[in-house]
Amino acid sequence: MGLFILRRVGVMILTALCLTFIVFWLTNLYPNLEKLAKTQGNFRMSDEAVTSYLTNRGYTQSLPVKYGQWLGVLPGYVIEGSDGETRSRCEEGKTFCGIIQGDWGYSTVFQDEVSTIVAKRLGVTGFLMLWVMIVMVPGALIIGVLAGMREGSGTDRSLSTVSILSTATPEYVSGVILIALLGTKAVIDWDTVPFKGSATSAIDDPNFWNMFLPVITIALYGMGYIARMTRASMTEVMTAQYIRTARLKGVSFPKIVMRHALRNALIAPFTVIMLQFPWLLNGVVIVETLFQYKGFGFALVNAASNNDIELLLGVSIVSVFVVLITQLISDIGYVFLNPRIRIS
Amino acid sequence: MTTENKYDGPILEIDKLSISFFTRLREIPAVMDFSAKIMPGEALGVVGESGCGKSTVALGVMQDLGVNGRIVGGSIKFKGEEMNTMTPERLRDIRGSQIAMIYQEPMASLNPAMRIGKQLAEVPMIHEGISESEAMKRALEVVTDVKLPDPARILKSFPHQLSGGQQQRIVIAMALMSKPSLLILDEPTTALDVTVEAAVVELVKDLGKKYGTSMLFISHNLGLVLETCDRICVMYSGEAVERGSIDDVFDEMQHPYTQALFRSIPLPGADKNARPLIAIPGNFPLPHERPEGCNFGPRCDYFEEGRCDSQVITMEKVSGNDRHESRCLKFKEIDWDAPPQVAETKEKAPPGQVVLKMDNLKKYYEVAANALFGSGGERKVVKANETLSFEARESETLAIVGESGCGKSTFAKVLMGLETATEGEILLDNKSIGNIPIEQRDTKTIADVQMVFQNPFDTLNPSMTVGRQIMRALEIFKVGNNDAERRTRMLELLDLVKLPRAFADRMPRQLSGGQKQRVGIARAFAGDARIVVADEPVSALDVSVQAAVTDLLMEIQREHKTTLLFISHDLSIVRYLSDRVMVMYLGHVVELGTTDQVFAPPYHPYTEALLSAVPIADTSVKKKHIVLEGDIPSAMNPPTGCPFQTRCRWKDKVAGGLCEKEVPVTRTLAEGHQVKCHLTDEQMTEMEPVIEVAAE
Repeated sequence: MGLFILRRVGVMILTALCLTFIVFWLTNLYPNLEKLAKTQGNFRMSDEAVTSYLTNRGYTQSLPVKYGQWLGVLPGYVIEGSDGETRSRCEEGKTFCGIIQGDWGYSTVFQDEVSTIVAKRLGVTGFLMLWVMIVMVPGALIIGVLAGMREGSGTDRSLSTVSILSTATPEYVSGVILIALLGTKAVIDWDTVPFKGSATSAIDDPNFWNMFLPVITIALYGMGYIARMTRASMTEVMTAQYIRTARLKGVSFPKIVMRHALRNALIAPFTVIMLQFPWLLNGVVIVETLFQYKGFGFALVNAASNNDIELLLGVSIVSVFVVLITQLISDIGYVFLNPRIRIS
Repeated sequence: MTTENKYDGPILEIDKLSISFFTRLREIPAVMDFSAKIMPGEALGVVGESGCGKSTVALGVMQDLGVNGRIVGGSIKFKGEEMNTMTPERLRDIRGSQIAMIYQEPMASLNPAMRIGKQLAEVPMIHEGISESEAMKRALEVVTDVKLPDPARILKSFPHQLSGGQQQRIVIAMALMSKPSLLILDEPTTALDVTVEAAVVELVKDLGKKYGTSMLFISHNLGLVLETCDRICVMYSGEAVERGSIDDVFDEMQHPYTQALFRSIPLPGADKNARPLIAIPGNFPLPHERPEGCNFGPRCDYFEEGRCDSQVITMEKVSGNDRHESRCLKFKEIDWDAPPQVAETKEKAPPGQVVLKMDNLKKYYEVAANALFGSGGERKVVKANETLSFEARESETLAIVGESGCGKSTFAKVLMGLETATEGEILLDNKSIGNIPIEQRDTKTIADVQMVFQNPFDTLNPSMTVGRQIMRALEIFKVGNNDAERRTRMLELLDLVKLPRAFADRMPRQLSGGQKQRVGIARAFAGDARIVVADEPVSALDVSVQAAVTDLLMEIQREHKTTLLFISHDLSIVRYLSDRVMVMYLGHVVELGTTDQVFAPPYHPYTEALLSAVPIADTSVKKKHIVLEGDIPSAMNPPTGCPFQTRCRWKDKVAGGLCEKEVPVTRTLAEGHQVKCHLTDEQMTEMEPVIEVAAE
């Protein structure tokens, strides 16, 4: 088992390196850099000025060297610029300064250290995700199990319809509809509007009223998907021979579902739930923008639209790790749920 | 509970039961007019081919027919209580405590994510409301009762950690947890090896006696029913056609189907040349295409037009016998003692020169000790074939016999070139082919060595017509210059395997199992194969079809002088058709000789046990009972010394524990008869025959 995790971690690091390199390459394309120079310096800069600006700040070094410096495995540049000023990547006294050393760079949009921004935003978004999970997972499993235990019944049909509808509605549609219905007086003429259409206040003072709509918007989308998977897995398990064995042992129906079917039925959805994390990140970007919830996704959108290279890189590396770590947890959890794999 | 146990009428009384399945298109009657009665302590066997409705009867008794199935008529009384109108609560009470069921596939019928102990303890906890610790104690007792080693450990394990035989014992233990008065066994041993099957059957019989349980035993194997049951009911296409006591039905059968069934299975005394099997002509009717009148009519030798197909036929009593009934209009007119019409006796072709020679063939596999977690750790060597040496001659049938894991399929793979030998040689016409993988073999060699597979359902491409598939083989073997020539040849091949030429344009799904297997045979003979490896070619087929396919193989062999390597675990069929037999155990050839030599003493101890394990459907056969303890050891971890020593009953006759120390050398007992055993010649000659046919 230890060896298994070790190997998985190794593969994970390799994947992370490849992915960040791609992001690094794309953000460091020359047009991006040119834009950066112009936003930071002067919009009316001449081409020569741009070049010297970039050269002075180490941007024109070869890509692998830049990547190595950013990672922190190559010594940071020290360049005597054309304007006579000597600039170095690192603070004084340090030769290496990259991701590994904890120097994530400086965000041009938020005017703050990338590491502080990422840490703070991740915490805020983590809080949102936690509530999404708390609402989504049990809800989806209950719907899936209820629908799957008697295939073809009325409950099955109606619950399946609900879950198909909810997966078929993307966040930017359901979010808008929910805001219109519950967050404004646009459709229903509320005496007092029940929920807040904006979640900006939730950053400092999260409560039920300002968190409800963003949480539900993300949860609804994922819920239908997980419920479908659970239902499929449940119906399959319910026709298995060992369920017949249990039935012919005289086990009552609720006990068959709870004791015999549930654990076997959860093996497949578990992987799906873990795969939902990357999807959630996706939804987070949309929902946080929609509800003005200033979290991780909001930062990403801002970084991207403002060509904030360092922040973009920081955000992407965190996303890559979130995805890869959930995959690792999913694999390990699968082994624990399924005794056939555990003891081989 | 106690009051229910005092009931002394019939345990189960089924009266004119009819069960149908409802599909969108139509109602499909699965069981019609089925009656049976089981007295306390009695065992009733229900026999029939697949699709005859025998399992539906069992599920009907359990009232568990699924969403589509419904009981449309008749009654099922359990201890005098009508089951068809029972409330779900009452049914639940009875299931598991009064009626228990044992299933065909033990692995599938145990919950994979639940420990054995918990699954067992559940039964008394539900029905008797006892505490978990008490239930666990009971579970331990019952597991000891079903003779499983180390019961405490087994209770803590998951189903996948046990072997097939052990799993089936657990299912039996589960059924016995509440000491039921009726046990329903649905093909309980079909998925098991013969020696394991014998042990399980023995166990069920003993336990049945010990607890006084009545049994409903469902099987397609007549021999097994003979060994376990008191009464038998033969089913055909949804109807019971004959029922009575075992002796009456086996010795004085009164229905043409029963008779045809017995004539199509290889009993001792059947011989492929002098007394060939008689296959039942035609096919099993589909449930919605049953003929008018007698269902068996179109396939029956005694069919009388205008009489058998014009009226509803009911069960009628056979006078003179106890509760013996037959569903035949003419059973009083038929002369049941008339010997079967022997079509023609055929000359046995004399074996020609040696075509195939194995010389010290070895095949070892290397496997990682732990498949999932890492390639680290030591690697294990699985010795799938150990020093195989034998010769096969032209137009000879050499049977290779052994249970699962004995290496017979590995040998076939090496011969075919799907694997290459680790050591030793395979000589085809004195040309070594053992180390040439199939990609590098020339067309001639590939066409010469062909294979007929076990499962005809998986080995035909479902999206290609039958004719195209055979022509494809011809193309590969470079037979014929153009499509037209190959088409002619393909039609000839269909003639050869006795399929109508119209079948060339059919898809595999339109064919029955037996017909598919014929296509498989045609494909194997496409390039005039000289050596055909038949890997359990009939074991997936129904009894009545087996005989026809076997005969076909024999006939082609006679015509083409083919060398047939017949891989099988079914000794009855091996005895019937093979000239020489090779018995394998854990990769070793333990005995090799002519069929007569192998089937008569002196035996290798394993052959002896194997012979005694095979159920024979003949009341006049007396068999010695040898039950092997335990399971077949894993090839990953073979025992030291003789591979069979862990289960051998002769082991203590060999002095000095030699069996545990050394692998015995192969020695020749008689001309062409080799045995790999430490027993001395004197001890060998003391052996008694396992099967004795009583003088008639």
